[in-house]
Amino acid sequence: MAVFPRRRLAAVALAAATALLVTAGCGGGDEPGDGPVTLTVDVFGQFGYEQLYQEYMTANPGVKIVERGTGTNLDEYSPKLTQWLAAGRGAGDVVAIEEGLLVEYKANPANFVNLLDHGAADLKGNFLEWKWNAGLTADGKQLIGLGTDVGGIAICYRKDLFQKAGLPTERDAVSKLWPTWPDYIATGERFTAAKTGASFLDGATNTFNTILLQTAGNTTGYSYYDTSEKLVVDSNPAVRQAYDTTMDIIDSGLSGKYGSWSEEWVSAFKQSKFATIACPAWMTGVIEANAGADAQGKWDIARVPGNGGNWGGSHLAVPKQSKHQAEAIKLAKFLTSAKGQIGAFKAKGPLPSSPQALDDPAITGATNAYFSGAPVGAIFGTGAKSLKPVYMGPKNQAVRTEVENAVRTVELGQRNPAQGWTDAVTNAKKAAAK
Amino acid sequence: MTVQLDARPPVTPASGSPRQSSGRLSRFDTRFSPYLYIAPFFLIFGIFGAYPLAYTFWVSLHDWDLLGADHPFIGAENYTRLLADTDFWHALVNTLGIFVISTVPQLLAALWLANLLNRGLRARTGWRMAVLVPNVTSTAAVAIVFGVLFGREFGMINWLLDLVGMDPIGWKSNRFASWVAISAMVDWRWTGYNALILLAAMQAIPRDLYEAAAIDGASRARQFWSVTVPLLKPTIIFCTIIATIGGLQLFTEPRMFHSGTNPIRGGPLRESQTLTMYMFENAFAPHYNFGYGSAVAWLLFALIAIVAAVNVLILRRLGGGNRPQKGAAR
Repeated sequence: MAVFPRRRLAAVALAAATALLVTAGCGGGDEPGDGPVTLTVDVFGQFGYEQLYQEYMTANPGVKIVERGTGTNLDEYSPKLTQWLAAGRGAGDVVAIEEGLLVEYKANPANFVNLLDHGAADLKGNFLEWKWNAGLTADGKQLIGLGTDVGGIAICYRKDLFQKAGLPTERDAVSKLWPTWPDYIATGERFTAAKTGASFLDGATNTFNTILLQTAGNTTGYSYYDTSEKLVVDSNPAVRQAYDTTMDIIDSGLSGKYGSWSEEWVSAFKQSKFATIACPAWMTGVIEANAGADAQGKWDIARVPGNGGNWGGSHLAVPKQSKHQAEAIKLAKFLTSAKGQIGAFKAKGPLPSSPQALDDPAITGATNAYFSGAPVGAIFGTGAKSLKPVYMGPKNQAVRTEVENAVRTVELGQRNPAQGWTDAVTNAKKAAAK
Repeated sequence: MTVQLDARPPVTPASGSPRQSSGRLSRFDTRFSPYLYIAPFFLIFGIFGAYPLAYTFWVSLHDWDLLGADHPFIGAENYTRLLADTDFWHALVNTLGIFVISTVPQLLAALWLANLLNRGLRARTGWRMAVLVPNVTSTAAVAIVFGVLFGREFGMINWLLDLVGMDPIGWKSNRFASWVAISAMVDWRWTGYNALILLAAMQAIPRDLYEAAAIDGASRARQFWSVTVPLLKPTIIFCTIIATIGGLQLFTEPRMFHSGTNPIRGGPLRESQTLTMYMFENAFAPHYNFGYGSAVAWLLFALIAIVAAVNVLILRRLGGGNRPQKGAAR
């Protein structure tokens, strides 16, 4: 080994090891200091808590609140949270958990404080029943998280593009265009024929998920897993129906093929490249952030085709590793109270999961100036109390990723619908087994 | 060697009695201090290199859910499953593909650049500094910018293709195109670095070899291939091995190249998912299967060792044929 002396071998090994270490970055946590207690809140997307923090800090001078993660994608946020929980340090004192991931976290409840031990049982009436139940472990003995929002669904659309295409622009007239998804597709075909230079919708995957959650909510009550946690991706008619409807959308050439949450998707918002988007309540904040101030007043909100549906919504939990559990629980209770939920709704649009908040005039009468003064409280809030929840199984996120990727390959012309379905089923089964 | 031994001055062994204890100390010194001097390296390597390596292997023998409380021992099951996993082999092909189409042009370009820089240029230091500039930019920033340049609809590359009347290319959803785009990123960053290393080695080649070659009537090109390249062999091996380690562990570039939901897949059909990305996908989101991810890490380690060995063998064989005899003694 004259050419490759041992010292160099060691150096090479060191370089390899260092590179491995670098790829496995980890988050740090802060030590409890003297003086005021600092509470870290971990969120993703747009929770709209800034104003509430100020209010809380004024009322509780001993508490300082630091928030991390606003604007991050759920796919960036959830691995970090999992790493912090696994490492036993690094997580915030209050952490947001999205509904699709809640089941996975509930499988290992030891990572979280049982809120039932801290007087949370009295709060049950402050939440929609299914939202409360979603935060409970399977045996009902531990409450992991308090509900924040639910994701009532509508369709957000660009008035200016609709006008260009000769379609009605007023929100009630637009809602009448599409009582069902086939009507939505027919409207899309009219829009496309007008050649405005924009696509009818952003991309197929978000639309697919919307249709799936709506269909599942109205029929089986579960999507990829049934309530006994058996994978039913190939046997649940709701999945197949949503897939077929999405294929019709792709076939009609309505999709702009912008991958959800990608840089191109954000650019497409800015450049007005699509006219409609499936719009859970929390999406309004995302649209405003992506499309920017220039598009103020160009957007409006119409009802969703089909019947209702819920996509998304989160819970706030307190990890056991928090060094200020009592203060963190108090803050979580404040943020998820009817008052907290109303404040968040006003700031960024996530729809309350508290019936009291939903009945509050602040919600029922709420309008959104960015969306041409649309009565968002009435649009999203009306159906919220009758929302039928969709059960999500243990590997929901991994399975959903596979199925949506299959949809995406058809959208990009890499697969035909039949191949896409085969991929979706095979890959979903593989992911569920991992 | 015998000549040198004979020539040693006779003073050294003769030492007086007062110096005896210090002699023992100095003998201890000469025997052990070298180890002490290099100890920090091995200590740090042990803590940050060897221990994680061994621990990763230990983890890879278990069914290790990242959040789970129990981690049952399952022996080699992760490895047997992995060897039958088509996505793993797919990622392996991606990694090797990107490695080859990035490293080969990169080293050739670096050699050519180094040769240019070795000539009498005006503002030589300025040029030499300039080739290193891409290397000091942040990888993530480079990847994000390239990700935008290679965008399907709003990207500048497709806009340029459109100007010359070509169809746009799906840089992120076509397997070969995504390899090319990622290789472009890697080459942009590392060509200058390798050029500087090769340049340093070139400057160490004695001038008289070139003079002798010139007297024998060798042209400039002939001098380059018959003098420069053979004498650069050890440096080229070094560059190749470093490029191998970097290339097979490629992560940031392909990861940041994709945006949107689950960029860790490297495209809807895993077009440019490298092994490190596959490792991350399994160990962290969305699977959180730490054991399986660790098994990927170990197979990657084995792969790097194999490819590095192959590199050495090939380069030795290549260099052996036309090596000038004088130069070999250097």
